[in-house]
Amino acid sequence: MKLITAIVKPYRLDAVKTALQELGVHGLTVTEASGYGRQRGHTEVYRGAEYQVDLVPKVRIEVVVEDAISEDVIDAIVSAAQTGKIGDGKVWALPVETVARVRTGERGPDAL
Amino acid sequence: MTLAAAHVNTGDTAWLLAATALVLLMTPGLALFYGGMVRTKSVLNMLMMSFVSIALVTVVWLAVGYSLAFGDDIGGGLIGGLEHAGMSGLGPDSVHGSVPTLLFATFQLTFAIITAALISGAVADRTKFSAWLVFVPAWTLLVYVPVTHWVWGPGGWILDKLGALDFAGGLPVEITSGASGLALCLVIGPRLGFKKDAMRPHNLPMVVLGAGLLWFGWFGFNAGSALGANGLAAAAFLNTLAAGCTGLLGWLFVEQRRDGHPTTLGAASGAVAGLVAITPSCGTVSLLGALVVGLAAGVVCSYAVSWKFRLNFDDSLDVVGVHLVGGVIGTLLIGLFAEKAMTGGVEGLFYGGGLAPLGKQLLAVVVVAGYAFAVTYGLGKLIDRAMGLRASEEQEHTGLDLTVHAETAYDHGVLGHGAPVSASVVPTAQKVKSQA
Repeated sequence: MKLITAIVKPYRLDAVKTALQELGVHGLTVTEASGYGRQRGHTEVYRGAEYQVDLVPKVRIEVVVEDAISEDVIDAIVSAAQTGKIGDGKVWALPVETVARVRTGERGPDAL
Repeated sequence: MTLAAAHVNTGDTAWLLAATALVLLMTPGLALFYGGMVRTKSVLNMLMMSFVSIALVTVVWLAVGYSLAFGDDIGGGLIGGLEHAGMSGLGPDSVHGSVPTLLFATFQLTFAIITAALISGAVADRTKFSAWLVFVPAWTLLVYVPVTHWVWGPGGWILDKLGALDFAGGLPVEITSGASGLALCLVIGPRLGFKKDAMRPHNLPMVVLGAGLLWFGWFGFNAGSALGANGLAAAAFLNTLAAGCTGLLGWLFVEQRRDGHPTTLGAASGAVAGLVAITPSCGTVSLLGALVVGLAAGVVCSYAVSWKFRLNFDDSLDVVGVHLVGGVIGTLLIGLFAEKAMTGGVEGLFYGGGLAPLGKQLLAVVVVAGYAFAVTYGLGKLIDRAMGLRASEEQEHTGLDLTVHAETAYDHGVLGHGAPVSASVVPTAQKVKSQA
């Protein structure tokens, strides 16, 4: 199993959700995140004083999937979140040792 | 001040009753205006500094403040007597002009309240609350009350003797609060992280709501200062609207040219700057004068608010840049735009009155600003030595809301929403019930 983490633009979240549902991935976790990459931040002006805001709002999507579909999941996220402009985000995958479903105690891929 | 032949005019009294309530509403309005501009961790403290001023100033005013400001002059036009201490000698039958004296005293009280509250913007986020509770009554007695006597008191040296003009409080309200704000922020020092950390306003809709309430209340402030329901009140009312509008447009114009964006905070600040400037002049200048006064304040104040970064004084919410600068502009421009139809005599430079009126306005501005600055600086130092003026570093870092008031303004995030996660809270009422 793989833990796939994607940091994407907040307004692309719906598109990513739809794409993952089409692949049969029915659960995910989303958190609001802040960060910057090459995009850097933006400037705000209050009473003439400029504030450089380094951190840009993003969403972090986390999903655990079986090894067999992990590449497809990454591709789906990338194409759904892509706008072609700087600041589109990153996706990465990590191996997962085990998973347990809290309600039933099932282990491994059955718990997904 | 009870005149034997005077009678209460019901129309005048009705308007002044309403105007008094309008001016009182300005202080909670100011609390929102200021509260939106600070960070989330100290917004409640900011609101409290204004709100508590209502109570503090009222008590001092009724005890001795009114008498010292509006009692008969005891010498040189500097201060009134104590004959009305505790409002003694004043009852429902006492008359001031065409309104009950008790109403006049209450109307004036609402001015004293907001003036003290205005200073809090200069020392936001870092003032020890107990020190503020001492500062406000002391400042009201040492600065607001004498200056008010000079300007509006019977025999006061600025209006009655010198012949300078101030219709609704450029000198006692705007210039004293601005100069005092400057003095107090110099005594207390800059916020931790001044010029380094981003200190963005946390709630601009709150700022706009506050500015709207201030504007609404300002009609009571300015048109109420006619002390009657008459044509002068109407002229002051219209001038107040006009100057707020040109102030707003002037500030936005500068922002568009200088920063490339017309901002919400700029619109709110510009309207307030215009209103500040028209305060002394609303009942003395022509409509054209009012339009110019507002525009000048909007443009100049939009630059003045950046002086603090260059000169290194942390006037956090721009009491100096808006109230001192705007107040000076409005008070001085009377010397140019005063119109006989409004003043009943004095004419400004542009209406053939020569330079003398401008000179009188300038003298009044310099003396009042100097007095307010010097006395506030001394008072701030004294309180600092006696009990400490500034909150501890830890309180300032964590925020005064939590450390001083044991509250937070907002419930952020999922942890703690509705059901607390790491703390179980039993309301006192429930505690009592379960024990019974």
